[in-house]
Amino acid sequence: MEHSHAAHSGNVKKEIIKVTIILSVLTIIELALGFWMMGIESHGTRLTIKGVIVILMLAKAFYIVGYFMHLKHEIHNLIMTIVVPLALFIWFITAFLYEGNSYKNLRNTYDPYKKERSHTVVEKKETVKEEKKAE
Amino acid sequence: MSTTTTVNTRWWSGGKSPFNVEYGKLMMWYFLMSDAFTFGAFLIAYGTTRFSATSWPDPNKVFSSYPLMPEGSHAPLVFVSIMTFILILSSVTMVLAVQAGKEMKKNLVVLNLILTIIGGLAFLSCQAWEWTHLHHEGAWWGMNPFMNADGTQSTTGFTNFFFTITGFHGFHVFSGVVINIVMLIMTLNNVFEKRGHYLMIEKAGLYWHFVDLVWVFVFTCFYLI
Repeated sequence: MEHSHAAHSGNVKKEIIKVTIILSVLTIIELALGFWMMGIESHGTRLTIKGVIVILMLAKAFYIVGYFMHLKHEIHNLIMTIVVPLALFIWFITAFLYEGNSYKNLRNTYDPYKKERSHTVVEKKETVKEEKKAE
Repeated sequence: MSTTTTVNTRWWSGGKSPFNVEYGKLMMWYFLMSDAFTFGAFLIAYGTTRFSATSWPDPNKVFSSYPLMPEGSHAPLVFVSIMTFILILSSVTMVLAVQAGKEMKKNLVVLNLILTIIGGLAFLSCQAWEWTHLHHEGAWWGMNPFMNADGTQSTTGFTNFFFTITGFHGFHVFSGVVINIVMLIMTLNNVFEKRGHYLMIEKAGLYWHFVDLVWVFVFTCFYLI
């Protein structure tokens, strides 16, 4: 199972360079979007840009796993062994972000003390030390 | 590496690996899956906490310096971009080391392993600087000197998550560097030449790429979105 064929080795080098360039370009686009987003106030636009950044991040993950970790060239069963369990992440992320959002809404509806505290603008303090939990 | 699967190739009848890879490589993949879920759990916990907060510190205000920066200037995303490129490049040198191993070119393996180790150490140094700088501003587990973006009081959750997750990742980078150093010593001692294959380097390579992959996710979650 060795790539001992000379022409094949040249192809492999080309692929490595190609993937490196793709990863660098994707990173630069992500950073450019990050810089651009600093000047945007609109919540909807910021959310869209963040969505694009996440998609670019997933593309980078695809290239690193597929080419650097060689998974794309492996047997189909191994690819499925890795990819199918990772599909659990889709539900994992959705459920927990929904949970966090729900927690915020419930707290702001039913806990007036915490709601007031989280909406009070404060003067800049030296440090916030961990406070004793009142619960 | 041909994977012709004719009707008579029965992958699960014994005598060969059903996934057409050696045992150690398959086990490394399984370990990386478990580690992916561990990091995923940490990052999702961070996401949930952030979603449950009315406001959060602006990363572009918190992370905006680099070593030897002039007083009073403000450079968001610069230092972390450098760290990201260092890690990507070290991944590339690792791929080149694995490829050199497949071609049984020992000196090229040594060179690329050394470059990968240097990249890893450079990343760790940058992360150590970032931690020290933040600590000097008053940040640590249980201590958060930064305000939320809307001016309200922030929680220590911000710094707790940052130091825990980047620390856990940094620990993986450190152990990856140690593994790569062991690989380098084994290569120099002709262990792989005697074996006739450099498959161990390939397994170390999988671990190193995983470390790079996690950084892609950590850097996006903490600094970009």
